Amino acid sequence: MKYLFQWAAFGSALLTAAIFVILYLLSLPLLSQGTLWTVLWQPWDPQHGSFGIYPMVVTSLSSAFVAVAISTPLCFGCALFITQYGPRNIRRWMLNLVRLMGSIPTVVYGFTALFLLVPRMREALGGSGLNIATASLILALLIAPTLILFFVDSITQSSQRDCHTVTALGGTRAQVIRHAVLPQAWPGLVNGILLGLGRAMGDTLISLMLAGNSVQTPDALTDSARTLTAHIALVIAADVASLEFRSLFACAIVLYLFSALLVIGVRWINHSQPLSQRRML
Amino acid sequence: MRTLQSLFVSFAVVLLMSSICFGSDLDLFSDQHGTLRIAGGTAHIPVMKEITKRIMTRYPDVRISVAGGGSGVGIQQVGEGMVEIGNAGRAATDDEIARFGLVPFKWAIDGVGAIVHPDNGVKALTRTQLQAVFSGTITNWQQLGGVDRTINLYTRDQASGTRKVFWSKALNKGDISMAANVVNSNGAMKTAIANDPYGIGYVSVGHMDASTAPITLDGVTPTLETVRNGSYGVARGLYSLTKGQPQGLTKAFIDYLFSGEGQQIAADKGFIPVR
Repeated sequence: MKYLFQWAAFGSALLTAAIFVILYLLSLPLLSQGTLWTVLWQPWDPQHGSFGIYPMVVTSLSSAFVAVAISTPLCFGCALFITQYGPRNIRRWMLNLVRLMGSIPTVVYGFTALFLLVPRMREALGGSGLNIATASLILALLIAPTLILFFVDSITQSSQRDCHTVTALGGTRAQVIRHAVLPQAWPGLVNGILLGLGRAMGDTLISLMLAGNSVQTPDALTDSARTLTAHIALVIAADVASLEFRSLFACAIVLYLFSALLVIGVRWINHSQPLSQRRML
Repeated sequence: MRTLQSLFVSFAVVLLMSSICFGSDLDLFSDQHGTLRIAGGTAHIPVMKEITKRIMTRYPDVRISVAGGGSGVGIQQVGEGMVEIGNAGRAATDDEIARFGLVPFKWAIDGVGAIVHPDNGVKALTRTQLQAVFSGTITNWQQLGGVDRTINLYTRDQASGTRKVFWSKALNKGDISMAANVVNSNGAMKTAIANDPYGIGYVSVGHMDASTAPITLDGVTPTLETVRNGSYGVARGLYSLTKGQPQGLTKAFIDYLFSGEGQQIAADKGFIPVR
């Protein structure tokens, strides 16, 4: 039995490494054209033999960061309401609502936004209404449950003793949050933000439906643009033997490296905490 | 006893008669059972769905799944054996046919036309204007006699057969602006244009309905009639491809496509039948 689990663990670890190796091997034809670096910096223009993914990298990063920037303050407020300020019976109700939000399929968000948000964005910003800003707004909604649940978790796990101490010293609730809760909860908060970032970057359908998918390098958030994931979804129909198709593996490598970086970041934060406060992720 | 026997006989005769009277092209599937997977060109989907519905209502033992993905996906998936029938809105290249051993069946002809929102005042363009719009030279509807709003371009992904025919025959292989929004099916294009009063895109004539308005190109409106009589030139064949000669259920399906009923369905869905 022990060996069975050992092999399962070993196997899945190996699989993760194997995916990277396969991705690398499959993108070799493209990489031999130049280095990965030039592929990253070129524009996408298959008709003129240019298979760069720079516009998609820019779009993926900017839409994910904007989504997190919109979502974080709202989610932090929401988490404080659930843990500190809200009336008790509403707290539990809110938390369940957030969990429910987490189980809504992304296509529902995308489709609803297409009819409700896109026309408003079109009138407000001009253009077609399909742009990075629209996608980011919905991505912010998508990652909200992840962020809120992480925030709530880390706030409730911070020491009650410290909170009581601050209260006893005459601290207001805001001071409790600032001096007792935040100093202990911040690694959890950052974990939530990093995972939210990963989720926003990894989502395909919302950006495919709402970001417009044009292949230009975006100059502004109001530009139509294409994320790495949407790019993969759109180009996967190309001829398998073509360089176009091969360039998808470069996209996958970028996404892979980015999520690896995020996970390493989360691990690093967890390990920089004292052992007593470490939590399994 | 005798009466019972004669009753049986007459019942059998009635059954036989009725099967002759009501015999239809669907009889091709009478001995068939199993699963058939179809994927690819999104222009084909309305026809595929209707045929599938008819077959599966009459022969519940036959299971048919219809998926989209685009012409590229159709050729790729049938070539790799992931589906039995791959649909494409363009002729497969010689290389693709040779590499996968594909057999193409062209069962209908389809036009591709530019569409705008029904409220858009601009409903006729010359070929030069259309090319200027799609290349990004003309960027405002005002330049074409419409309202003072930016033109929102919509195009299809690189592997789309609809894009290929529109690009080569309507745009004369001119550039399509990098700023154009990209959607991944005929259905999505129709939804996008129906929702965007300042958008312009292109769909298969079979997908055109009241939710969007066709653009009259050089004086010819893309309709079933103009595509049929050849006056509207932006047209292409609709293909279904199999890996090797089709057999069994796959063959029955291809045969049905070319039967009277199959061709009628194609015509009903806005395509020009080949027979």
